[in-house]
Amino acid sequence: MKNLSGKKVAMVLLGGLLFLLLAFQPAVAEYKVGAIFSVTGPASFLGDPEKKTAEMVVAQVNAAGGIDGKQIKLIVYDDEGDATKANLFARRLVTQDRVLAVIGPSQSGLTLAIIPLFEQYKTPLISCAASHKIVTDEKTGKPYHWVFKTPQSDSMAVEAIFDQMQKMEITRIAIMSVTSGYGASGRDELLRIAPAYGIEIVADEKYDPRDTDMTAQLTKIRALAPQAIVNWSIGPTQVIVLRNWRELGMEKITFFQSHGFGSRQNIQLAAGAAEGVYCPLGAGNIAEVLPDDHPQKAVTMTYLKEYTAKFNEPVSAFGGYAWDAMHLVIDALRDVGGDKAKIRDHIENRKNFVGQQGVYNFSPEDHNGLTKEAFQMVVVKDGDWALVQ
Amino acid sequence: MESFAFSHQLLQFMVTGLTVGAIYAMVAIGFNIIYNVTEVLNLAQGEFVMLGGLVMVFIHVSLGLPLVIAFAATVLVVTVVGVLLDRLAIRPVRQPTVMALIIATVAASMIIKGGAMLIWGKNPYDLPAFSGREPIVVGGLVLQSQYLWVIGFLVIIAIALALFFNRTILGKAMRACADNGDAARLVGINVRQMVLLAFGVSAAIGAVAGITLTPIALMDYDRGAMLAIKGFAAAILGGLGSFPGAILGGVILGLIESFGAGFLMSGYKDAYALIVLLLVLFVRPSGILGSMAVARFKRF
Repeated sequence: MKNLSGKKVAMVLLGGLLFLLLAFQPAVAEYKVGAIFSVTGPASFLGDPEKKTAEMVVAQVNAAGGIDGKQIKLIVYDDEGDATKANLFARRLVTQDRVLAVIGPSQSGLTLAIIPLFEQYKTPLISCAASHKIVTDEKTGKPYHWVFKTPQSDSMAVEAIFDQMQKMEITRIAIMSVTSGYGASGRDELLRIAPAYGIEIVADEKYDPRDTDMTAQLTKIRALAPQAIVNWSIGPTQVIVLRNWRELGMEKITFFQSHGFGSRQNIQLAAGAAEGVYCPLGAGNIAEVLPDDHPQKAVTMTYLKEYTAKFNEPVSAFGGYAWDAMHLVIDALRDVGGDKAKIRDHIENRKNFVGQQGVYNFSPEDHNGLTKEAFQMVVVKDGDWALVQ
Repeated sequence: MESFAFSHQLLQFMVTGLTVGAIYAMVAIGFNIIYNVTEVLNLAQGEFVMLGGLVMVFIHVSLGLPLVIAFAATVLVVTVVGVLLDRLAIRPVRQPTVMALIIATVAASMIIKGGAMLIWGKNPYDLPAFSGREPIVVGGLVLQSQYLWVIGFLVIIAIALALFFNRTILGKAMRACADNGDAARLVGINVRQMVLLAFGVSAAIGAVAGITLTPIALMDYDRGAMLAIKGFAAAILGGLGSFPGAILGGVILGLIESFGAGFLMSGYKDAYALIVLLLVLFVRPSGILGSMAVARFKRF
C-alpha cells in the first residue's frame, strides 16, 4: 500500500512539473529556420562560406530587432558531404526541430537525395546547389512543389560563354572537363547546347580532380587547332590547366573557364597565366568592378564589405548562394509570417528579388528565377577581373 | 595556328610522362625502403609528399628564406615527421603484425592530413619554380625548367641511394635487416634503429618529391592519398622491394598515362595504367624486376 501511494505522489509531482514546463514555455517568439551545409569534408569550400554567411545574415536581422519583434533561430547541421547524413538532418529539421523552411544543402547530389522528404512534409527547401534537376521533376517536367534553388544552372553559364563566342566569331572549340560531378554536368551541357549555336566541338578531353599535369590533353588539342578551349573544373586543376596552356604557347587559342573559376585566388595561383582568360561570373564575384548603375551593385558591395570585415577572407559565389537563400526566406517571413505554405507561395511569386547571384523572378514554372543574364562575361586583365563590354 | 609535327607531339607526351613518372618513382622508392626493412607498406607515404610541398611553401614563401636553405629545412622537418611516425605509430604497437602496422600507417596518414588541413586550410598553394617560369622551347617541344628539376632529383636520389646501400656500413646494415632481420640482430645490428632510419629516409625522399612537384601542380592538404596510390602501383609494377623496379614502374606508369591521354580517350587514362599493371601481374606476379631470382640485383 505504501508503495502505491509513493507512486501516486511521484505521478502527481511529475504531472505538475510537466504542467509548469509547458506553462513557462514562451509562446512562439521566434521563427525557426533550418540549414544543411557541407561545412567539413571534401566540399567544405562550399559549405564553410555558406554557413558563415547564413549565420551572419541572421545575426544582423536579429540585432536589428528581428521580424515583427520575433527573432530568427537558425539551426545549422553539417552533412560532411555525406548523403546519408544530409537525409538524417533533413528529417530531424522537419520532424523534431519543426522549422519553417530549410536552406541548403551545398551539393546537388545531396539536395536530390532529400527532395522527397520536403515534398512529403510540405516544407520549403531552398537549395544552394546548381543542378537544374533540383528544380525540374523529371516525371512531370515541372518544378517540385516545395523546392527552390538560388545558384544559376550550368546551362546558363554555357549559354553565356557561347554568346560571347558568337560575338568573337568562334565556331571550332575544344572542351576539357574534370571527371567529377561538376565537370560531367558542365560537359553534358556544353555538348547539348553547342549545336544550337552552330559551334563544332573538335576535342572532348578529361582529367582527374587530383591530376598534376594536363600537357598531354592540351598537346592533343593544339594539333587540332581549335579557335577556343572551354575548361570545366574546380579546385587546383583549373589553375594547372591554365599554366600548361600558357607554357605550351597556346595563347592564340582563346581560353574560357567555367564560373567555378570565380575567385581572385585562382588568378594569383595561375602566376600570370590567367591573363586574357574569359569566364562567366555572377555579380557577387565581381562587386567592385560592376558599374554603379548595375542593379546588384549595392547588395553585392554591402555583402562584400560585411563578410570580409567579419571573417577576413574574400567572398565567394557559394556564400552568395546562401545569402540569397537566407534573404528569400527572411523576405517571405516578413511578408507572410510563420506559415510554411504561405512562405512557399510567397517565394514562388516573388519577382525582382535583387540578390548576390542575380535578380530573381520566380514563377510556378521556374523555381530558380534566373536567366543567362545572371552571368556577366568577365576577362582577366592586369591580374584582376574586367567586364567584357 | 600552325600545325605541329607528329614527332613533336610524341616528344611532348614523353617529357610529360617522364616528369609525372619521376614523381611516382620517388613515392615508390619511399615505399620500398620501408617495405624492405619492415615488410610494412607505409600508406602515409603520400602525406610526406604533401607535407614536403606545404612546409616548403611555408618556409620559402611565408618566411621568405632562400631556396636552398628552405629546401634543406623542409627535408629536415619532414624527416622528423617520418621519424616521429615510427616512434609514435609503429614502435608502440603491442603485437606488431604486418597488418596491424599497415593499419597504424593509415591512421597516421589521416592524422597528418587532418593536421595539414588545420594548419594550411583547404586552399591549394603555389611555389615559385626553381629557375623561373619561362618555358624552354626546343623546336615545337615545350619544356618547363621545373620538369628538368624533377627528373634531375630522381637521378640524384637514385645515385645517392646506390652509394648508400652499397658503399656505407649503415646502408649495408639496412640491407642486412631487409634480407633477414633475426640474422642481422645476431651480428649486432640495431634493427630498431634501422627501421627508424628507413622511415626518416623515406620521408626525406617524399619531401623532395613534394618540393619539386609543387611549382608544377600546386599543393593542398588532400593530395597525399592519390600520390600514394600511384606510387604504390608503380612499386608493384616494378616489383615491390626493387629500387630499379620502382623507377622503371614509375616511369612506365607516367608514360602510359601521358600517351593514353594523348592518343586515346583522356577520361580513361588511369584505367590504361591499371590495365597494364594487371597484365604485368598476370604474367609476372612479382612485378617486372621483382623476381626472387634477381634478388641479388634488388638494390642499386
